[in-house]
Amino acid sequence: MKPHLPSTGSAYFFDTAKAATETHTLAVIVDNEPGVLARVIGLFAGRGYNIESLTVSETQHEAHVSRITIVTTGTPNVIEQIKHQLERMVPVHSVADLTVMGNALTRELAMVKVAGQGEKRVEALRLAEAFRARVIDAGTTSFIFEITGKTDKVEQFISLMVPLGLVEVARTGVAGIARGVEGMKV
Amino acid sequence: MTGAEIVLKALADQGVEHVFGYPGGAVLPIYDEIFQQEKVKHILVRHEQGATHAAEGYARSTGKCGVVLVTSGPGATNAVTGLTDALMDSIPMVCLTGQVPTHLIGNDAFQECDTVGITRPCTKHNYLVKDVNDLARILHEAFYVATHGRPGPVVVDIPKDVQFATGKYVGPKNIEHKTYRPRVKPDQNAIRAAVDLIATAKRPLFYTGGGVINSGVTASKLLRDFVAMTNIPLTSTLMGLGAYPASGKNWLGMLGMHGTYEANMAMHDCDVMICVGARFDDRITGRLNAFSPGSKKIHVDIDPSSINKTVRVDIPVIGDVAHALEDMMRVWKSKSHALDKKALDVWWKQIDGWRAKDCLKYRANADVIMPQYAIQRLYELTRGKDVYITTEVGQHQMWAAQFFKFDEPNRWMTSGGLGTMGYGLPSAVGVQVAHPKSLVIDIAGDASVQMTMQEMSTAVQYRLPIKIFILNNQYMGMVRQWQQLLHGNRLSESYSESLPDFVKLAEAYGGVGFKAEKPAELDGKIKEMIATPHPVIFDCRVASMANCFPMIPSGKAHNEMLMGEDVPDEDVGSAVDAKGKMLV
Repeated sequence: MKPHLPSTGSAYFFDTAKAATETHTLAVIVDNEPGVLARVIGLFAGRGYNIESLTVSETQHEAHVSRITIVTTGTPNVIEQIKHQLERMVPVHSVADLTVMGNALTRELAMVKVAGQGEKRVEALRLAEAFRARVIDAGTTSFIFEITGKTDKVEQFISLMVPLGLVEVARTGVAGIARGVEGMKV
Repeated sequence: MTGAEIVLKALADQGVEHVFGYPGGAVLPIYDEIFQQEKVKHILVRHEQGATHAAEGYARSTGKCGVVLVTSGPGATNAVTGLTDALMDSIPMVCLTGQVPTHLIGNDAFQECDTVGITRPCTKHNYLVKDVNDLARILHEAFYVATHGRPGPVVVDIPKDVQFATGKYVGPKNIEHKTYRPRVKPDQNAIRAAVDLIATAKRPLFYTGGGVINSGVTASKLLRDFVAMTNIPLTSTLMGLGAYPASGKNWLGMLGMHGTYEANMAMHDCDVMICVGARFDDRITGRLNAFSPGSKKIHVDIDPSSINKTVRVDIPVIGDVAHALEDMMRVWKSKSHALDKKALDVWWKQIDGWRAKDCLKYRANADVIMPQYAIQRLYELTRGKDVYITTEVGQHQMWAAQFFKFDEPNRWMTSGGLGTMGYGLPSAVGVQVAHPKSLVIDIAGDASVQMTMQEMSTAVQYRLPIKIFILNNQYMGMVRQWQQLLHGNRLSESYSESLPDFVKLAEAYGGVGFKAEKPAELDGKIKEMIATPHPVIFDCRVASMANCFPMIPSGKAHNEMLMGEDVPDEDVGSAVDAKGKMLV
């Protein structure tokens, strides 16, 4: 029996912890066919990728083409894999990494229900004006605000509403588009 | 035309000659059409998993698309193993599944299951056909998707009312997917960069895989030419055996966990690695941070997601193997590149030194048949014959890969990625259907073969004279080997209690049984088996405690292999240290 070196890993050894994770926003153009969203989500679930936010809607009705915007986090290697794994799916037309393209615009919309009376009610309305949130429903004891903007602005508004009687929030998730004259390959 | 007629017409127009299937309520209209036509021949299996593996063997040995037809519910769920197997090993397959009528979908109807939901992660793509007028297009598209780019399985789920409904048929002409266009021609800049890098190599190495086989016979031919032109040594994965001939002088044997010493050492020490149609699987790389540390790597693959998945490569070449090799050779010649002959000689000398270790040697025995010896004899006695080999999964599979020499592509059918026990017997059925005159042998283990043993009945029904050559050691050998090496020699549930009498079993099915217990009788029995024009089960009783070496134990690098001679039988439990045992 010869001596053997001590083991330092396994057949499934992966350097996971070393690289820092990044957040990327991906725009994915897909055929709007039954199950296409399940296919994309299934890829993320099956391969252990993160989904921070996901929005989907048909953007070209005649061509039955939808646009999915996914905010995901991972190491640069994982982000690259996610893009390749999406690209090889049969109903996927194209994938754009808006974060890499730089300067891309991202927005989300939230509807925020706040209930309260007196001082708190006035303060909520005052903050809403400062954040350019619109009042889309009002009663004597409640408001529903509509706020649009980058995720951190929406987050900040919601957190300010907590002490003022936040009741409920509905958010769309992030939609994104690159600046400039060029459109995304469909 | 009814939906069922459309199915048969589409299959015939796609050139499908054989379908492997099993009838049931939700596909009866299609079976009724099968009954009334003669172009497409149906092979009735005994379990839907068998149908999928038979289609895989058929596809792998012919380069054509395998076709499966099963019913809804259990028919579809039984097919899942074979679909996953085909996805992992990139085998082109179209699987038609029956479905309950559209108005019952979602109602928990009898024999209903969410087939497209269940098979979504284990297929390349799948379809549920809701309108009979889409059926023909979807069927042709399914064949296109299954066979283009990186091949894989495609499921088409057809509700029973769609099979009865009448609709328009369209032919396969000009039908491709509306957006799916995998890249076939590689980027010429990448080709030039790859060729220039190879030209600077002092210790180059080809590492080839199943992609070469999938690309077609031309790819194997080009690979051979490239190797002959440059004298670069070559190793291959399990899936790639036969692309370069095992009798070729540049052949180093298979690499990886049970690969040869010379192949793994060459992988570790090479300075330019040319990976062609392989995917750096964990069974190949061993410990990743010690994987071929000093090499620049070129990776030719048709699937961009294979690039940089586990191993960072320097030059990715995305495209079909045959196209890439052709382009590389053309550029190589036009630039009049040549390798540094002196450095290459030194490299070959080093390789010859590793070869001299004779890593596959084993202790011969005059009283009991060593499993390695059985494969060697099987190889020698079938040499020069038109032979196809399939395997199950386990020790026998690795011994077959090590000791059976393949000189041609498409002659070796095995479950690589998924490692499906029970693959070999139905796969042999599929191969024999495609090649009725050839000698088709399933090198099997006593445990694996029982997983799909019922397909023996299929072989007998269709007079498919497959030879099931069981290396019977009365254990799940590979499980036991790991328990010996990694789990304190506690052989938990790996002993095959109450094995059937395989000879009687063969006879019960209407086949022929043989049994060999002594090395002296082996040759005679193998010759008898080859001469038997019926399905055969050959019970080859081999040394029960033999283990498969060399082996890269878990957590080790390519240059830290465990050799058979290092591990005496009585000391097998201490061959891997405590930390290694934890990490498998």
